[in-house]
Amino acid sequence: MSTMNLTLRVWRQKGPEDKGRMVTYKVVDVSPDMSFLEMLDVLNDRLIVEGDEPIAFDHDCREGICGMCGMVINGVPHGEQRATTTCQLHMRHFNDGDTITIEPWRAAAFPVVKDLVVDRTSFDRIIQAGGFISVPAGSAPDAHSLPVQKDAADAAFDAATCIGCGACVAACPNGSASLFTAAKITHLGLLPQGQPERDSRAKAMVEQMDAEGFGGCTNTGECTAVCPKGIPLSTIARMNRDYLSAK
Amino acid sequence: MHYTVGEPIQDAKAPEGPVEERWDKRRFAAKLVNPANKRKLRVIVIGTGLAGGSAAATLGELGYQVTSFCYQDSPRRAHSIAAQGGINAAKNYRGDGDSIYRLFYDTVKGGDFRSRESNVYRLAQVSVNIIDQAVAQGVPFAREYGGLLDTRSFGGAQVSRTFYARGQTGQQLLLGAYQALERQIAAGTVTMHTRHEMLDVIVSGGRARGVVVRDMVTGEIETHLADAVVLASGGYGNVFFLSTNAKGCNTTAIWRAHRRGAYFGNPCYTQIHPTCIPVSGEYQSKLTLMSESLRNDGRVWVPKTKGDSRPAHEIPEVERDYYLERIYPSFGNLVPRDIASRAAKNVCDEGRGVGPGGLGVYLDFADAIRRLGRDAVEKKYGNLFEMYERITGENPYEQPMRIYPAVHYTMGGLWVDYDLQSTVPGLFVIGEANFSDHGANRLGASALMQGLADGYFVLPTTVGDYLAGAGDFGDIAQEDIEEAVGQVQDKIDRLLSVQGDRTADSFHRELGKIMWDYCGMERSEESLRKALELIPELKKEFWARVKVSGVNEELNQALERAGRVADFFELAELMCLDALHRTESCGGHFRAESQTEEGEALRDDDAFAYVAAWEWNPDGTPVLHKETLEYEYVKMTQRSYK
Amino acid sequence: MAVTGAVMVLFLVGHVLGNLKMFSGPQAFNDYAEWLRTVGEPAVPRRTVLTLVEVVLAAAVILHMWSAISLARRANKARPVKYAAKRKNQASGYATHTMRFGGLIIVLFLVWHLLDLTFAVVNPAGPAGLPYDRMVQGFALERWWVTVFYALSVIMLGLHLRHGLWSAFQTLGVGNARARQGLSAGAAVFSLLLVAGFLAVPFAVMIGVLK
Repeated sequence: MSTMNLTLRVWRQKGPEDKGRMVTYKVVDVSPDMSFLEMLDVLNDRLIVEGDEPIAFDHDCREGICGMCGMVINGVPHGEQRATTTCQLHMRHFNDGDTITIEPWRAAAFPVVKDLVVDRTSFDRIIQAGGFISVPAGSAPDAHSLPVQKDAADAAFDAATCIGCGACVAACPNGSASLFTAAKITHLGLLPQGQPERDSRAKAMVEQMDAEGFGGCTNTGECTAVCPKGIPLSTIARMNRDYLSAK
Repeated sequence: MHYTVGEPIQDAKAPEGPVEERWDKRRFAAKLVNPANKRKLRVIVIGTGLAGGSAAATLGELGYQVTSFCYQDSPRRAHSIAAQGGINAAKNYRGDGDSIYRLFYDTVKGGDFRSRESNVYRLAQVSVNIIDQAVAQGVPFAREYGGLLDTRSFGGAQVSRTFYARGQTGQQLLLGAYQALERQIAAGTVTMHTRHEMLDVIVSGGRARGVVVRDMVTGEIETHLADAVVLASGGYGNVFFLSTNAKGCNTTAIWRAHRRGAYFGNPCYTQIHPTCIPVSGEYQSKLTLMSESLRNDGRVWVPKTKGDSRPAHEIPEVERDYYLERIYPSFGNLVPRDIASRAAKNVCDEGRGVGPGGLGVYLDFADAIRRLGRDAVEKKYGNLFEMYERITGENPYEQPMRIYPAVHYTMGGLWVDYDLQSTVPGLFVIGEANFSDHGANRLGASALMQGLADGYFVLPTTVGDYLAGAGDFGDIAQEDIEEAVGQVQDKIDRLLSVQGDRTADSFHRELGKIMWDYCGMERSEESLRKALELIPELKKEFWARVKVSGVNEELNQALERAGRVADFFELAELMCLDALHRTESCGGHFRAESQTEEGEALRDDDAFAYVAAWEWNPDGTPVLHKETLEYEYVKMTQRSYK
Repeated sequence: MAVTGAVMVLFLVGHVLGNLKMFSGPQAFNDYAEWLRTVGEPAVPRRTVLTLVEVVLAAAVILHMWSAISLARRANKARPVKYAAKRKNQASGYATHTMRFGGLIIVLFLVWHLLDLTFAVVNPAGPAGLPYDRMVQGFALERWWVTVFYALSVIMLGLHLRHGLWSAFQTLGVGNARARQGLSAGAAVFSLLLVAGFLAVPFAVMIGVLK
């Protein structure tokens, strides 16, 4: 396949106080085998040499598991490729001459730090509220003393694959963090180890989620659709059930 | 060779006596800190991966005042999260003859007799507790229909001792540690600083007493003081630019500590993983590993003739060279990582490689699909095939995968004693950042084990022993703090003032290429000398031509990278020097001059059964301290996989 | 949202069953309308039960709207800066994304509907007309625009329920991953039946089956 020339419209914002604006860049000779972030790397190298500031964006593992990367590409978090993080999105899904709009996650609870970098510490605080099982190191009983039904273990695993990227919030028309919160409540709530703290966990985490300024869930399913790990919407039903019974 | 040999070094902390009693003895001998005093003692932990996250959580739980730092936006992002395969533990749940002793034996042998027996035995002992701890935290390990934990055999082990959580074992274990850490943050015992990068250690009165960090959002240079400092900042594989490490992984924390007096152990021991997705172009920013389990059913081959550019399906069976099966008839495609990697390099060097630039070999599932059916193959490897297709755009059900080795793990790291304490008192180093347990080669599913063993079980005991003496540490001298801050500030100012015409990344890429070509899978005196010529030249050019845009007082990713690259240059030289001085081959270090007639790694136990602990010397001539390795339990033998 | 919605759904079920009495003839329908007012007698005075139902319904409507408005305000606060790119829905269809707009249409329809068939001030049969006559005259062919508006609103109501019903199950925590498909399909079938039931009468009037 031959290379492409693209037009990028990128959100640039110097800092949290800056108003920010969309800036247009031309990129040429983009290889279809490049990842989306590599395409931005090449642009950034050019910007640095030209004396401009490179576009700031979060990324780390670049293999779709750390959850650090994330941008809204043409209106869709992580782009339109399903079950794919931004770092795993490749340029072969774009066409020569395309204009690509790139924006940060938009949510009051994810304030912009710079350009495409947002602050997601609100997610950490939701976990702090109760997303754990209390067990000091060294106090655990033998691992085989507590069998777990395979079905429950598998379902817990499905929920546990959440990478905490925040695409669910970015996609939700309500800016809700329900899928993220529900994934953890479901993971721990399905396991026998998680039972003692199940009620208090659901209550505390949901209340923290609300306190962070996320929106309410109206079950639109946008979150699941963009989730790179496909966390199911049924986790939210489970969270609601646990929350209601905990009151 | 520019180095001098100093006094031998000894691990003074490992108790004598039978190997199985040593950890118990050490634990009993360790002094305890009164619970009321713990609150007054401060510990800094750098990094939040399996080692750092579990250590910070455990120390917080014990009641110390812990301050934790990571460069990512959340502690959950540390690169331990990307580990796929599993975690070893000597549970013997299968009753297949596994035991602590066998895991110990396999690990010492796997490390090619370059690790310490005491450390490895302790690791095998503690492995059992790790699984209990993780399960209690809710880590969703794979289970069987009876509800008990499933295990598999991994990386050629003859027993089934690897616990796993699909292909995301690292993620699940890290989230367990992360959640434990967040629990302590909520409890107020741990103060977390995300988006902070450690740039120096504050050493005062001969002890590590704090760190200098940069707030990566505001650029502010902060100092944090403590009674002990723990480095859990991971490995330095990114010195090669292209590796399976995360983009942010760097050597800065341990390199700065090295410059402050911590010896660097075995810097040249690097593990190259054979099954990675090959480079597709100049812009390549990282390499992606695919689980080694693929070699269980995939067959590795290249065309028999040089420069054969036909697509795979047009190459008839007789013109294919299944070289691993040919050279190693008994192990075939399942030979250990280093052997598989080197064999791939050799066939590519012969000009028989496939794909862009001829840097790749086929991993073919056609036979497996014929034998087991497409469904069975999909069930086993479906997610890996998807990942491959996502990255390459090629369908591995229809055409063979292309794979090539990539740098994956660094066995070397800061030298530590049995207590995981470096040569700077009060400076502890855990996880991949230290050199300790894997010798010259790490076995599959052992990295997670070591990180968590260090963080949950070993360090909390040994740090306590050190902190019990905190009453005598004395005050931290103001000039020591100022000196460290001054150095950090100077370096930042220098980087910003060059204003040249090349990006830090472009230098990093070039450095990586030198390291890969001359200090990679196969090293020789000639190649290493060449590297030792090229690196200082490039370093000089870096400091003359690097361009860092923006200012310090903002989120400045160009500045962050430039600082890391500057440290990689210095580390690269030490790695090459270490590789050059070690004229034997062992584990992940293969010297062309030291091989058997069949081309296998040939150790020289008489000359090199030691840890090379390098001391920084400001005048540029490192000092080598040797720690002799003795094997009382596992007899030294030469590996053979024929 | 879910609880008030459920109250209204129950009402709608009763409402559609009542409407279908039209097909049993004028006598049956008018008697049914009268029964609604006399139910509970002589234990309680005339219209007691009906008034109670009306009060509960009015409260449900108001609370439902209040919840919707506060959710919308919260959503607005949760995303103060909007996306520049046009949002592309990645999940479920039209129904899910027209809840607010659809709700508004339904409220407007409700006003008309009450004026037309309950208070009959805009109905050709007038307040004095019998219920059956109001229906027949109200949906007469020459008043086709009333029927079209009615039909559009009822379809909108169906869409609203199609998402709303399933969403209520989610919110109340009913069902798991396996039940989800079933609940979603059930919501669709239910909504379809309800819409069909409501549309049966006016169209029957229009084409002259009921007169």
